[in-house]
Amino acid sequence: MTLSVNQWLGKLLLHDRRAVARLISWVEDNQEQSEIMRTVRAQSGQSLVIGITGPPGVGKSSLVEALTRVYRQSEERVGIVAVDPSSPYSGGAILGDRIRMQAHGTDRDVFIRSMGTRGHLGGVARSTADVLRILEAGGYPRLLLETVGVGQSEIEIMRLADTVVVVLNPGTGDGIQAIKAGIMEVADIFVINKADMPGAERMKNDIEMMLDMNGHGGRAWRPPVILTSVLEGKGLHELIDEIARQQAFLSESGTLIIRRQEQLQREVWQHLEDRLKEAFDSLWPALPTEWLTEGHKDPYQLVDKVWQKMSGHKREGGNT
Amino acid sequence: MSFSAWQEAYRSLRERKGPFMTVSSVPIEPLYSPDGVKGFDYEKDLGYPGEYPYTRGIRPNMYRGRLWTMRQFAGFGSARESNERYKFLLSQGQTGLSVAFDMATIMGYDSDHPRAYGEVGRVGVAIDSLADMEVLFQDIPLDQVSTSMTINAPAAVIWAMYIAAAEKKGIPSHKLTGTIQNDILKEYIAQKSWIFPPEPSMRLITDIFKFAREQVPKWNTVSISGYHIREAGATALQELAFTLADGFAYVEAGIKAGLDVDDFAPRLSFFFNSHMDIFEEIAKYRAARRIWARRMKEKYGAKKQESLLLRFHTQTAGCSLTAQQPENNIVRTAYEGLAAVLGGTQSLHTNSMDEVLALPTEKAVQIALRTQQILAYETGVVNTIDPLAGSYFIEALTNQMEEGAEEYFRRIEELGGVLSAIGQNFFQQEIADAAYRYQQEIEQKERIIVGVNEFITEAKPDIDLLKIDPEIERGQVRRVQALRQTRDNLLVQRTLAELEQAALGTDNLMPKIMNAVHAYATEGEIVAVFKKVFGEYREQAVF
Amino acid sequence: MSQPRIRVLVGKPGLDGHDRGAKVIARALRDAGMEVIYSGLHQTPEQIVEAAIQEDVDVIGLSILSGAQMTIFPRVKALLKEQNSEDILLIGGGTIPDEDIEVLIQSGDAEALFTPGTPTGDIVAWIKERLGVDSPPYEHA
Repeated sequence: MTLSVNQWLGKLLLHDRRAVARLISWVEDNQEQSEIMRTVRAQSGQSLVIGITGPPGVGKSSLVEALTRVYRQSEERVGIVAVDPSSPYSGGAILGDRIRMQAHGTDRDVFIRSMGTRGHLGGVARSTADVLRILEAGGYPRLLLETVGVGQSEIEIMRLADTVVVVLNPGTGDGIQAIKAGIMEVADIFVINKADMPGAERMKNDIEMMLDMNGHGGRAWRPPVILTSVLEGKGLHELIDEIARQQAFLSESGTLIIRRQEQLQREVWQHLEDRLKEAFDSLWPALPTEWLTEGHKDPYQLVDKVWQKMSGHKREGGNT
Repeated sequence: MSFSAWQEAYRSLRERKGPFMTVSSVPIEPLYSPDGVKGFDYEKDLGYPGEYPYTRGIRPNMYRGRLWTMRQFAGFGSARESNERYKFLLSQGQTGLSVAFDMATIMGYDSDHPRAYGEVGRVGVAIDSLADMEVLFQDIPLDQVSTSMTINAPAAVIWAMYIAAAEKKGIPSHKLTGTIQNDILKEYIAQKSWIFPPEPSMRLITDIFKFAREQVPKWNTVSISGYHIREAGATALQELAFTLADGFAYVEAGIKAGLDVDDFAPRLSFFFNSHMDIFEEIAKYRAARRIWARRMKEKYGAKKQESLLLRFHTQTAGCSLTAQQPENNIVRTAYEGLAAVLGGTQSLHTNSMDEVLALPTEKAVQIALRTQQILAYETGVVNTIDPLAGSYFIEALTNQMEEGAEEYFRRIEELGGVLSAIGQNFFQQEIADAAYRYQQEIEQKERIIVGVNEFITEAKPDIDLLKIDPEIERGQVRRVQALRQTRDNLLVQRTLAELEQAALGTDNLMPKIMNAVHAYATEGEIVAVFKKVFGEYREQAVF
Repeated sequence: MSQPRIRVLVGKPGLDGHDRGAKVIARALRDAGMEVIYSGLHQTPEQIVEAAIQEDVDVIGLSILSGAQMTIFPRVKALLKEQNSEDILLIGGGTIPDEDIEVLIQSGDAEALFTPGTPTGDIVAWIKERLGVDSPPYEHA
């Protein structure tokens, strides 16, 4: 169907699934992004985003599927975004998270969207925040975001999620990795999935001890540690309850306002960063050769000069 | 001339554009010499046929005693049509039956289940209940014919139907011979026809071991299959290593379930692929026998000779056939059959030329069977045992296969064993990588496939294809629905309830399955009970 | 701004588990810069169409080796119509006899069908041509 952006936006607000899907594609492809998001943001932003992250293979998708099942029991409409890394060589990606969410494959009240990171670092795509809001505006207010967490990406998920659920498996050394990677500071809830495997209790104790030691990163919220087994449906309701409790805490304590400010700051910075990069990339090849020659000897001075050029100060060429 | 002089002479000459490698992308030297098999010890590494470590064959007389069993895999449509095909094959000199089931049966759905729509009778015969099994083997003496059944996740149920069908003919179960594939591990690894998660699936298998020991002692309880691993894209070495690793996992499961290794190991058999690279395949079979014997003896303490023997069925490689110029497939299959026989196979299925396009026609099946008969009666390859032994090349390749397999066993061990390695997608990733590499080699013409990327003709294949009448599905649906009307449904409910109770506990499930089958409970109904108790498996796809 | 990225749903309908071809194709499409959504095995036509809509794919590629092509393609096509989503290209591959290919193409139930032995590059090229996208930014070496 060839409709205009405005026609699609009209359909979006009527909760048309194809409109949701198409507008997401446009935003992902950087087309009409600001126009789309102006309308979408006016109709969204109320929903809290639950971010599910953790190393590959810990059962994130199965957990998302199980959470969705519980939310569906109370008739909530669920929007799911699953992000996987794109190939750094081709820019393509194979996105296979739907496989483990098949229970909701034909449920019209669940919308699952797979995204490639498309060159963006940190486990999410540049447009993931926008995609979540399109889902919300399109009638899926219960938002779940699944990302692969390795190392630094947990920080990035904070930018997008109001509730960060870090999923780990017992006996895999995930615990130590987690602490190393600094996720103690970003996790709002720890889930030890596949808790029927040996070492689950011990891992829980280890994490609790770490939280005791570092005073949960100086935050008022102490992350609970929950044992789940998706296969047997164990721990799911406890997880749902803890998510609700954490989200209530966010609102009541005023933390949500602070968090949203931080999210906005990061978001604006990210877009600025993009623009800067674009400006820099187009400027660089046009720099005078003598600047580059000088730059090898004194890179910091070259930085100053480039910055002056980019920020609009009129200083043409040569030394100052 | 010394070896180094030859080397120099060789290097001074132009070498044709390679690469010189096996079908598994293993590089091959221009010449093999005594240097390549240093430390080779005839007694220790080969032994005589029928003698440890059985590299040269499992019987002292091999094909001079008895030819391999010519066993063509067949089945389509309804039980009645397949029954007619089996009787035709037996009349043509085939010596064993091999049953192909349709996808609905393989996945545990009755023919009237919505998931079965469009699949009934397509790639094999549809079996919903004992009633169909009785028709399938009508007028076939089950005490004289050995039957191989390609069924895995619901193997216990289908096997129970076979035993029950024989019992109804008055043939006691201890007289039955045959094989159920029943190899669930390779389903998770490659073939993907799973139903339940691994742990309960392994329980079904050890229950079958125990039941067979008591009731069906001549039955091969698992056909540990490399065939499908290879078809999914694995190399010859991967096929060998992963299949044997699965075999050892079954042995360990049996021991863990409290059985003596010699009580069930003699009933384990193998099923390998035969691809186009003749020497690589022969080395694979020889290495397989040697590795199995050594490990069974040294690691698992097997005492009975029969526990050490790796008996295997071979099927020529379906994945080597081409849709282009399909008649060429007759030639491919003949070479592959040759490799299997030179490798000492116990039974052989030769593919029909049209299998890449559809189910084989009767004519294509006949040519395939004739291919085996020509091999057996005209070529002379059966006159002497393990004729390639002592070839520097074959022995070096055989050693290389064994070493490579041992290396894979170490890696699997490091990952925590086969089940754990499946959970970590180890096999799946290895196979996906090999499959992709193979495809790339073809597309870049590093590998020539006649008729596909070289020697291409524009002509469309002109061969007849077997068509499945859609009426078959409707008829089968009517039959299973009629059965549910006419059987004793109270008895069915009771046997299914007892089965559920047993599944929740630890009792052997086979007697309960037998009861349900005798009551004409359908396959789908029995599988549904297991799904309820055991859950269903889902893959994590890797690319 | 960047060119829209091609999105393809690679689907495995039916009950068979032969996913070698589907996976090789998925990988080749990814290496040609496309985003491939892999449905997993044993998908019903309903699941496939719903996924295609949510994922806003340009192309659905079905891999069929079970002989069920004559029921599956018409069903998927009918569902796409029902959902006003006929603009999604429906293609497929597998062991499909020539005469079935003719029928499915004639009836419009499939846009293109590729038989075993087709180079993956041909499929990539077909998709790009049909979607009017320039030559690939990246060629697999």
